Amino acid sequence: MYVLSAIVSLTLLGLFLGLLLGVAAKYLKVESSPVVDELEALLPGSQCGQCGFPGCRPAAEALAEGNAPATMCPPGGSALAEQIAALLGIDLDLSEVKEPELLVARVSEDTCTGCTRCFKVCPTDAIVGAPKQIHAVVADACIACKKCVEVCPTECLQMHPVEVTLRNWRWAKPQPVPAQSLGSGSNALC
Amino acid sequence: MLSFLKKQRIRGGVHAEERKAASALPIVNDFPLPKKLYIPLQQHVGKAAEPVIKVGEKVLKGQLLAHSQGLVSAPVHAPSSGIILDVNDYPAPHPSALPIRMIVLETDGKDEWLKTSVAADPFQLDAEEISLRVGAAGIVGLGGATFPTVVKLNMGRENQIDTLIINGAECEPYLCCDDRLMQERAAEIIDGVRLMLHGMTNSPGANLHLPEGGRTGRYDMNTKSAVVAIEDNKPQAFLMMQAAAAPYAQIKVMQIPTRYPMGWDRQLIGYVTGREVPVGCRSSEIGVTIHNVGTAHAVHKAIRHGQPLLSRVVTVAGGAVNRPMNVEVPFGTLISELFAFCEVNTENTARIIMGGPMMGDSLPHSNLPTVKATSGILALTPNELKNTDEQPCIRCASCVSVCPAGLRPLDMANNIRINQLDAAVDLGLKDCISCGCCSYICPSNIPLVQYFKYASGEVIARQQAQHKAEQTKKLIDARNARMERIAQQQREDELARIAAKAERERLKAEQETEA
Ligand code: SF4
Ligand code: SF4
Ligand code: SF4
Ligand code: SF4
Repeated sequence: MYVLSAIVSLTLLGLFLGLLLGVAAKYLKVESSPVVDELEALLPGSQCGQCGFPGCRPAAEALAEGNAPATMCPPGGSALAEQIAALLGIDLDLSEVKEPELLVARVSEDTCTGCTRCFKVCPTDAIVGAPKQIHAVVADACIACKKCVEVCPTECLQMHPVEVTLRNWRWAKPQPVPAQSLGSGSNALC
Repeated sequence: MLSFLKKQRIRGGVHAEERKAASALPIVNDFPLPKKLYIPLQQHVGKAAEPVIKVGEKVLKGQLLAHSQGLVSAPVHAPSSGIILDVNDYPAPHPSALPIRMIVLETDGKDEWLKTSVAADPFQLDAEEISLRVGAAGIVGLGGATFPTVVKLNMGRENQIDTLIINGAECEPYLCCDDRLMQERAAEIIDGVRLMLHGMTNSPGANLHLPEGGRTGRYDMNTKSAVVAIEDNKPQAFLMMQAAAAPYAQIKVMQIPTRYPMGWDRQLIGYVTGREVPVGCRSSEIGVTIHNVGTAHAVHKAIRHGQPLLSRVVTVAGGAVNRPMNVEVPFGTLISELFAFCEVNTENTARIIMGGPMMGDSLPHSNLPTVKATSGILALTPNELKNTDEQPCIRCASCVSVCPAGLRPLDMANNIRINQLDAAVDLGLKDCISCGCCSYICPSNIPLVQYFKYASGEVIARQQAQHKAEQTKKLIDARNARMERIAQQQREDELARIAAKAERERLKAEQETEA
């Protein structure tokens, strides 16, 4: 008898407290969670929409709610995915993430009419020029958002892969190689 | 003494097959002067040199071609007399063979020297003057690191350096140019060592920024002694150097065990002095500085004969080389010409390597110039290359036991494979010296060191990307602020215009009523 009443009362207590917590979670919901802010700060902020969300803020919200994988941002590549995973404290397999191809905008000097449209849309002020003058892109400031390409009336603004020089050349990741094939890596004896 | 011995220890390392066939033959001095020399403006660590000559100009051997830029840099001189044909981008002696700026010199065959004056007794010169001349001669570390020697000498004066180590380890297989240099030019090398010691002496005024002028206190600031360390597989070189150093009490010649990578500075310092260089510190911070034997020889030539660094001894070796040798070549000589001279069988060459087989760089073709860093050029046959048939890791931990930096290569590689670079950095990726011991020993042929090279580059690329992201945010904020200002201005202008219009209309209405 005592046992039964103990079970019943504890179960009721549990249910009641659970309900209380549920209600509290609903009514006391924090509007802007700090996690979302932090995530948004990590994301590139160019609002490009390649992730399938309308912008970086909605993407950050989806990440915080667990509705998007840490690897969802293509321009961020695996570096960003790692940062997101660290922030959210989740494990992550990065072997499938492709590194973004680095692009930079370039003006072809033959066809630029100096209309200044590109100059006006560039979010980072990467384009220099004046009306009726040939415009040019400062490669270091260009973030490859492609906004200028969309507005250029003569198609003289195009995206190009970033030129590889000795300054930014890096070793490639070793790929599993079939027997006897002689790759171009170094370290012949090892 | 006993405690000193106890401290001597070697961590990790491998004993690779030596294959130093050319070490028994004398240095070849009659390499035919090439018709054209391709001289890169950057053959050293630091900023590239800036040309001071014009295309079409006639230059003499030893004349300055390009001036050093900034604190860490080195000038470039004409390796022979002739006419400047071009200053332009040509493929660099680098695994990528990407273009870098080079001066093309057409030699006239006269090999005519520029007249220079030399000091009768360099030991009467100030220490500063010695380092100045070493810097002006374009001397860089000839062991392969190509760090400007003058910077190290200056550091020697400013820090409390008590030991100068001369690295004659030459621990890489195949390479034997330092070995031959020590056998044939021991006296010159020892003279260079004495000049370096003199160049590091603390003359009055050099350390005025240090307490009490840097002269007194607990430390005696003069570099006291030099130790020439030679691996015990070069007995002849050891004997010659010992004989040459005998008259000078401050120079000691010692034998060290033959074990790769004995020539790595931390390993060498640990063995010779018993001191450990703390992680993240430079060797000068514990009172030691290291120079290569080739560098000492170059210092001798610069100070005693006024000759800048124009050429070096290069080991040409490998299974595809019919006449393996150590040969003195001017910088800018194309490797293809060197190969023709050494009768390299190009059909049988599976890989061309600049430097040693463990740490050297493989080159895509042989139309690339030799530079100050070129200690050797190897033409290897397919049989000499390691089997690349990769198998799963069997967790034998051989890689852990050979790593001289005390890392766990298998764990680092596993993380890098799944792009967990942060985890690899936590495991000590930045301490990896790319020595290749781990890959060499791995029974499963896992390309461990290739993973680490890739990951190190990737870590740098990510840091740069992050830096750029921060800069971008600043740019975007600045632009938004400007847009806001402009919009504000426009609103104000608009209001002013409306007010002005209302005023005009009021005036007009007044006039009309008056009329
Ligand atoms: S791509 Fe974007 S950032 Fe680059 S220049 Fe064009 S508008 Fe500017
Ligand atoms: S939009 Fe095109 S044509 Fe117009 S200024 Fe820019 S680059 Fe030139
Ligand atoms: S040596 Fe190779 S097989 Fe052995 S533990 Fe290291 S990576 Fe694995
Ligand atoms: S390459 Fe790096 S990880 Fe491998 S043995 Fe050398 S220092 Fe250790």
